[in-house]
Amino acid sequence: MTNGIDDREPGTEAELQLQADEEILLDELGIFGESRRKFLGKVAAAGLGALVLEIVAEQKALAFDAAEPSLSPLTVENPVTVSFSVNGMKKSIELDSRMTLLDALRERLALTGSKKGCDHGQCGACTVMIDGRRVLACLTLTAQCEGREITTIEGLSHGADLHPMQTAFIKHDGFQCGFCTPGQICSAVALMQEAKNGELSYVTADVRQKTATIKLSDDEIRERMSGNLCRCGAYPNIVAAIREVHTGKATDPMAELPLEVENASV
Amino acid sequence: MRAFKFTPSSEPEAAVKAVKANSEAKFIAGGTNLIDLMKEGIEGPSELVDISRLNLTQIRSTSTGISIGSLAKNSDTANHPLVRRDFPMLTQAILSGATAQIRNMATNGGNIAQRTRCPYFYEVSVNCNKRRPGSGCSSLEGYNRNHSIFGFSDKCAAVNPSDMSVALAALDASVNVLGADGKTRVIKFNDFHRLPGDTPQRDNNLEHGELITSIEIPKSNFAPHSYYLKVGDRASHSFALVSVAAALELDGGKIKQARIAMGGVAPKPWRAYAAEKFLAGKTPSEENFSAAADSEMKAAIPLEHNGFKIELGKRAIVLALKRAAAGNA
Repeated sequence: MTNGIDDREPGTEAELQLQADEEILLDELGIFGESRRKFLGKVAAAGLGALVLEIVAEQKALAFDAAEPSLSPLTVENPVTVSFSVNGMKKSIELDSRMTLLDALRERLALTGSKKGCDHGQCGACTVMIDGRRVLACLTLTAQCEGREITTIEGLSHGADLHPMQTAFIKHDGFQCGFCTPGQICSAVALMQEAKNGELSYVTADVRQKTATIKLSDDEIRERMSGNLCRCGAYPNIVAAIREVHTGKATDPMAELPLEVENASV
Repeated sequence: MRAFKFTPSSEPEAAVKAVKANSEAKFIAGGTNLIDLMKEGIEGPSELVDISRLNLTQIRSTSTGISIGSLAKNSDTANHPLVRRDFPMLTQAILSGATAQIRNMATNGGNIAQRTRCPYFYEVSVNCNKRRPGSGCSSLEGYNRNHSIFGFSDKCAAVNPSDMSVALAALDASVNVLGADGKTRVIKFNDFHRLPGDTPQRDNNLEHGELITSIEIPKSNFAPHSYYLKVGDRASHSFALVSVAAALELDGGKIKQARIAMGGVAPKPWRAYAAEKFLAGKTPSEENFSAAADSEMKAAIPLEHNGFKIELGKRAIVLALKRAAAGNA
């Protein structure tokens, strides 16, 4: 298939074989119906960036369609009723007092963008913002969230209109498998505000000096993002994405690749 | 996780009463340590009394120094202008601990009351005198690279994990506590945490139901010459193998007073009194720093796998003192 046109002879064994492979791949990706045709078209015609954008928009739409949860627990011990706002929408749910915010978001509110990595506060995949500050949803009791304003990855974009940090992550390829990405992006978005507020880190040179805002070096970005682990090791690209949003200076991801090799022979 | 009753509270006195009334109840504030321990089955309270909404978050100047609310977040404390100006070492210590997310959740009272991260304490299938008194200590015969070289007993060698506490120990802080009878008491920071002795299950001297309301730090002249150095397996987001809070009051080229506390080496923040005493009246030279470090570390007793902490501790003391003297806060 080139330029979006299937050049296989219709009805030949080769064509049928490839179609079967595509079916399996698309099944595994969970892409069905109309989306399948769009997927194949996008891969060929629009490049991967646009495809990711499309998928992000669809996932977001799905999450919001499911905003009123159909999931109810079989039994609730020590029930507590908690009212809070998630991505600007008021929610009130009755749940077991043990339920963490991460489980409530994922299992009760169908907001599965926040990920359960370690579930012990060590990996950062569950990072969300409560009242504008980044926290770990896996170590937060939902029962303690009465009246709070919670922002998850689903709340950062408006339809296909992505948050600048999301766009920068796509542009700089700040992920591989993508599992840690929602937490990385929520963390990075909160970090921008912390730097604007002049908040310090352990690598900030002089903590006694008054700071209006903090200009983030790469070392500062690394230290401040150390609570978000990436097992694929996309760290250099994550730093590049955050640096671009922080400085407002667009950089070319390809220019940062180590293409120059000394004494190279062709 | 064991099921628990969730009890909100809006007044300190009511919270204290609620916990006092139930021997299996605990306070919960930031939850960063307690929720994790409950998930692991190490802690299993039948009731959690939520103190996170109590009005104990103020950080303010007092006639004797500074008062830091027990429920102020670690991040707000580290970034507070008064703390940065007068106790920069405390800012550095807090910022060296955990991650931005955890510092946004964790409170000051919770930080100093956090429990050890000894892997045998965390693994419920093995013996641990802290978790199950009388069952034995697995670390003494096991892998004890991260364990104590000072102050441990034949019952427990786990270290206290708090960075914040190390700076507070060096700064001679004190802890204000509200008791079940409605009375308050003051615990000097050095008396707040306990050495394990025969009762390693007790990390500190709080009685059941007692609530930390604030931490006070007396005025001092250490701010221009203080430094918190943390050495761990990673540059960030790891517990200290060794840490040093070092503060000097310099007067006419001499050390008028030195304060040194260490983390990662003992079951409680370890005040290096021998080193402090050695430095009083001396010039702030590398030679004197090194001799001071030797005077402290000669009392260390290594376990099978942590002998490296003695040399590391010496070098960390010297480096922290050099940076403090140079005004690197």
